Amino acid sequence: MKHLRIAVLYTLISAVVLGIGYPLLITALAQWFFPHQANGSLIVRSGKVIGSQLIGQTFTGPEYFHSRPSAAGNGYDATASGGSNLAPTNHILIQEVEQRVAAQRVGSAKVPVDLVTASASGLDPDITPAAAYYQAPRVAKARHLQLAAVRALIAQHITPRQFGLLGEKCVNVLELNLALNQMH
Amino acid sequence: MTVNGWLQIGVFIAAVLLCAKPMGTYMAAVFERRRTRLDPILLPIEKLLYRCTGIRADEEMHWTAYCASMLTFSAATLVLTYLIERLQHFLPLNPQHLGPVSPYLAWNTAISFTTNTNWQAYSGETTMSYLTQMLGLATHNFWSAAVGISLAIAFIRGIARKEMKTLGNFWVDMTRSILWVLLPICIVYSLALVSQGVIQNFHPYTTAHLVQPQTQTTTADGKTVTVTVPTQTIAQGPVASQEAIKMLGTNGGGFFNANSAHPFENPTPLSNMLEMISIFLIPAGLTVTLGQMTGSPRHGWAVLGAMLILWFVGVTTCYWAESQPNPLFHGVNQQTTSLQPGGNMEGKEVRFGIADSALFATVTTDASCGAVNSMHDSFTPIGGMVPLVNMMLGEVIFGGVGAGLYGILIFVILAVFIAGLMVGRTPEYLGNKIQAYDVQMAMLYLLIFPLIILGFSAVSVLTPHLGLPGITNPGPHGLTQILYAYSSTAGNNGSAFAGLNANTPWYNLSLGFAMFIGRFLMIVPMLALAGSLAQKKHVPETLGTFPVTTPLFTVLLTSVIVIVGALTFFPALSLGPILEHLLLHAGRTF
Repeated sequence: MKHLRIAVLYTLISAVVLGIGYPLLITALAQWFFPHQANGSLIVRSGKVIGSQLIGQTFTGPEYFHSRPSAAGNGYDATASGGSNLAPTNHILIQEVEQRVAAQRVGSAKVPVDLVTASASGLDPDITPAAAYYQAPRVAKARHLQLAAVRALIAQHITPRQFGLLGEKCVNVLELNLALNQMH
Repeated sequence: MTVNGWLQIGVFIAAVLLCAKPMGTYMAAVFERRRTRLDPILLPIEKLLYRCTGIRADEEMHWTAYCASMLTFSAATLVLTYLIERLQHFLPLNPQHLGPVSPYLAWNTAISFTTNTNWQAYSGETTMSYLTQMLGLATHNFWSAAVGISLAIAFIRGIARKEMKTLGNFWVDMTRSILWVLLPICIVYSLALVSQGVIQNFHPYTTAHLVQPQTQTTTADGKTVTVTVPTQTIAQGPVASQEAIKMLGTNGGGFFNANSAHPFENPTPLSNMLEMISIFLIPAGLTVTLGQMTGSPRHGWAVLGAMLILWFVGVTTCYWAESQPNPLFHGVNQQTTSLQPGGNMEGKEVRFGIADSALFATVTTDASCGAVNSMHDSFTPIGGMVPLVNMMLGEVIFGGVGAGLYGILIFVILAVFIAGLMVGRTPEYLGNKIQAYDVQMAMLYLLIFPLIILGFSAVSVLTPHLGLPGITNPGPHGLTQILYAYSSTAGNNGSAFAGLNANTPWYNLSLGFAMFIGRFLMIVPMLALAGSLAQKKHVPETLGTFPVTTPLFTVLLTSVIVIVGALTFFPALSLGPILEHLLLHAGRTF
């Protein structure tokens, strides 16, 4: 009985400290020091939120750089994150990849793998530089731009490895497309 | 595999090893109630807490009392979480107006978080309100981690003490774990995560106006409907505070469904590196604590050595396997170049690539964390076998906070016993004579674990209506999905081959049961063993004593872990991932 009384009291008191006090403290500090990040690194244009730097969006048609295939909801649903969870031997995966290859393929060059496979979160904001350069001719043609200009834009938007060491080089698709819309 | 990838793996393990000694020394001081720098702030809080709850801090507990306190406390926290989940629609901080969590799911989740498993049959952003996440789930990340640390400390005391009946005071160990170890690190760490882009707010979900509005066609009743979707709804919440303790406490339950793959939980390679280091931080430190509290620092390093060997074999295998192209893809460039990592990118994020995903998968399953930054279900067969084997070995390669240490100490007892058998002497371990009762308790611990995994997997595979409908990847991979689920829950890991549709009554109940046994039924023989060791007389070390401080011991311990695991699970593995690997390269799909 003594154990039970201590257990219940201990649970309630520590729940308030750890479950309410601690997250409130962190929220206050985070909003004070890093308000942009703490609120989702949102991109605002003329008063409207148009997305987050960290969350990918769907782009279709020849005139935009495409994001990776997404298994989140109907694609890039930021309330339903997740991957396809298809096994490498699953015929559904093989068929889907075949269709995506057919949709992306230009000439005889093979399509970079990240452009035809779904990410883990379904919200991957990035593609590899290889996947960006692969799409450059299509985008340049659709927008009547010089290929060299589009390739130069990609080069400007390559995020290097953090500290030159961590992670992989990547290109943020939303930011690249926003910059593309500014070009003329 | 690339030079850069190996450099990152090197940086990771160097950071873990550099932190191990200061961390371990600090924890030894905290639990021996010596002075620390944080005392001026924390001692008054500690005293106040004891006064409010009626805890007598100087009271020492017999192993049965220690165990009873732990079980009562776990039960109280379990009930609290269940109630919060069921009542969340009446409670504040629910801006999305989410309804109550269904009974089976609430039960499964409550057990899952109480046992430090954090198996997620739910998807966070559509099921749990902010209050449930904070008060019902994040609190468990502290509690279950602190329980794990306390139990490990009690076991260490059992080894160190001679002719004593007690193992310490559960409530004091709990309080000190939370106040001195977990909370201070979490405060600094969660702010570091926010600086990288992890969110921390209480806003309702944000509506973003898409740069390119999308048209979606849906077919219903034979009619095709085209709708324009001009917006994207972005989930928000107090993520960073939960993320920090989720990793540090090796809990692994994500705020979002995609867990640490979600850009709001793990936005950059630096946040990813911090998250991986924080998984190993306390487990690695505890090996040093073990050495210091038992007066044999070199024994601590010998145990850490065995963990390092097994970690290295795992990460090498996984990294190699995931760097391989999928032979069934045609017209796809899967090569490693300066512009892309190549390899198996299904279920992986571009910013992490292959190296960081393989390393994360290995680390999160070595320690019973279970957070994921890539989808293990989509790994190559051999790449996916690494996390599975890590869990099947008993979550002792670093292991969960506390649980990993007492888990590997059971193997240490077994190794010492086997060494004793080989030379025909009564085995000794740090001045304790290991006798029949001790080995029985150790074997009980070691046998319960595979029994849950193989038993439940067998039932699931053989029942067409219960287990089989959950499989989403047919063929040998389906067996792997089920094996993975029970290994993950029995080992209190919580990661998943997430394709398995586990939100059914059968899986919610049986996996909940596996988590429960895998935690509490294994703790009882462990504490009994600790109690037995504490009572023993000191046996002086002689020339005939098998030393537990040498590389030879490290090799013996590693071999014992591998042999026990292989004898138990190799047949199952050969029908799952190994068969799938062979069929993949023979061009078979399912």
